[in-house]
Amino acid sequence: MELLELHQVCKTYHLGEMDLQVLKGVTLSVGKGELVALMGASGSGKSTLMNILGCLDHPSSGEYWLDGQEISGASSNERAKLRNRLIGFVFQSFNLLSRTSALDNVCMPLTYGVEYVHEDEMRKRAEEMLRKVGLADRMDHQPSQLSGGQQQRVAIARSLINRPRLLLADEPTGNLDSRTSEEILQMFRALNESEGLTIILVTHDPNVAQHAKRVIRIRDGLIESGSDGNRIKE
Amino acid sequence: MRALRRNVMRAALTTLGIVIGVAAVIAMMEIGNGSSRAIQHTIATMGAFNLMVFPGNSLLAGISTGTGGSMRLSPGDADAILTDCPSVTAAAPVVFARAQAVYNNLNWQPGSLYGTTPAFLEVRDWSDMAEGNPFTDRDVRNTSKVCVIGKTIVEKLFQGESPVGKEIRLMNVNFKVVGVLKAKGANMMGADQDDIILAPWTTIKYRVSGASSSGGSTVVAANTSVLPSQVFPPAPPSLYPIPSSVQQADTPQPVRFANVNQIVVSARSGAEVQSAIEEITALLRERHHIRAEMPEDFTIRDMTEMARTMSSTTELMTTLLLIVAAISLVVGGVGIMNIMLVSVTERTREIGLRMAVGAQSTDILHQFLTEAIVLCLIGGAVGIALGRTTSILVRLIKHWPTAVSVGAIVVAVAVSALVGVLFGFYPAWKASRLDPIDALRYE
Repeated sequence: MELLELHQVCKTYHLGEMDLQVLKGVTLSVGKGELVALMGASGSGKSTLMNILGCLDHPSSGEYWLDGQEISGASSNERAKLRNRLIGFVFQSFNLLSRTSALDNVCMPLTYGVEYVHEDEMRKRAEEMLRKVGLADRMDHQPSQLSGGQQQRVAIARSLINRPRLLLADEPTGNLDSRTSEEILQMFRALNESEGLTIILVTHDPNVAQHAKRVIRIRDGLIESGSDGNRIKE
Repeated sequence: MRALRRNVMRAALTTLGIVIGVAAVIAMMEIGNGSSRAIQHTIATMGAFNLMVFPGNSLLAGISTGTGGSMRLSPGDADAILTDCPSVTAAAPVVFARAQAVYNNLNWQPGSLYGTTPAFLEVRDWSDMAEGNPFTDRDVRNTSKVCVIGKTIVEKLFQGESPVGKEIRLMNVNFKVVGVLKAKGANMMGADQDDIILAPWTTIKYRVSGASSSGGSTVVAANTSVLPSQVFPPAPPSLYPIPSSVQQADTPQPVRFANVNQIVVSARSGAEVQSAIEEITALLRERHHIRAEMPEDFTIRDMTEMARTMSSTTELMTTLLLIVAAISLVVGGVGIMNIMLVSVTERTREIGLRMAVGAQSTDILHQFLTEAIVLCLIGGAVGIALGRTTSILVRLIKHWPTAVSVGAIVVAVAVSALVGVLFGFYPAWKASRLDPIDALRYE
């Protein structure tokens, strides 16, 4: 079963008088439990596509089915709820709250959840997540006291706290050295294999894309290859 | 909440604006209130709350006598006014008299010679004596020959001597000086208020003005060229056959009815002057058995001009304080807004992240508004403490009167919360309107 499906998605930005069409009819699908890489050069529309996939932005036209719901017309508040419930984000620059302990960083998305979670329950879940990413002994450390790899692992723990269906990683290894990059990618694979988590890695690095089971290439606002699971990895 | 703890320095700086604003408000209010109260007290000392009840006009064969012509006011009226009118704090009957005061070889015609009760000093806010003590109610009952004199009399008759315990002669009656009034200076019309002799009204009524009306036979011949009783109008005609002066001096009592020339009354406050007038009118109509359709046989006068001065002064002070308070709070509020705006810019990425993980724009709005309000309330609390300290210091060092103003504290807290909402709203709104994509990319 497909977790997400895009049909003829277009995105046009209005820059003054000029209309800039960034996505020109993207059709793709990602099934449950897939580990997909989204590749493309800068300017290819990769970031725009990722924003739409991550419900940060809405398409100008076309359909976006996520978890059985058509959400291309959702309001910004509805999208915020979807992000909170269904999607976990991992960023290139970690985006952790400074001067805040790892534990509190991981707890943060829970405070915006739809249902109320008690503080003790929050702590318990955050501790569990941090243990899962191997930071059981660093829970009270602040981001500045952690290495880059550790910070990214905190970010992963944070993205998993709401038990999302989809994990969107935007250049997750862009700020890490090759050895820690390997560790982080291994962690993604482990999460994908053991828990069946759907992961989309957005990257321009072929080495990163290698870890994925399928690569979607985008160029000039169109999918070049890998738009659905039937194609073989190139 | 945590965000504030994360950046204590920024929070403290933000709060500083409100702290100073609220402290300024509290200090200004307390110092201003104290000054205002002191000014009001000063004006009250001038007699702004005083009322004067005069007997009304009477017609004698078609000729009006003008105010004070009838003899219907009694000392009992004064007592009744004090006990039955809740807006009144003091009331004293006054008997006017004219007499030359003599001490040794010096004489002086006092500007005022009043027979009254000790309550007169209370009405005029004159209870502090420069020397000695006021006469007592007992002196009034006993028709004691005692008096209290003003500063001018002391200068004219005693010339540096202490008058207390000495005797002065009024209309050939010896009065022992028991006290000297504090100098009060001229009144608003320029009349010297210290040119005064106060004595029990019984004594003045039965021993002095009675004697003056009974004729000049007792007056020393050397003084006859200009007799006060000839220059000034004589005392009103007596109701009873005039006894001889010897009889009068020896047996002033019993008396069935004694009229007084005036009753002075002091109202509780400026606002209660009007209700005092109404209460006294109703009371005296009843006591004097005046039927509803008949005109009153007395007149009540208040110090309209002084009362107006007073209310305008108070109003001026209040307005001044309000303006100062408003300016300080606006300055504080703008400070808060500035730093909140900087904070929004500085935390753009954080806002983007919070939105990415599911914060709705209202959540962001709430977060920043809460921060602003918490800062303002903390600032308000610190400001109150600082303001109180300042006003206490001013009182201790400069000896200025200050008055604790609960109203100011309540207003300052309310306004600081309001300032927090008002000036915190724009930055919070700005933060909530950020696009999560742009915010995340913001460097």
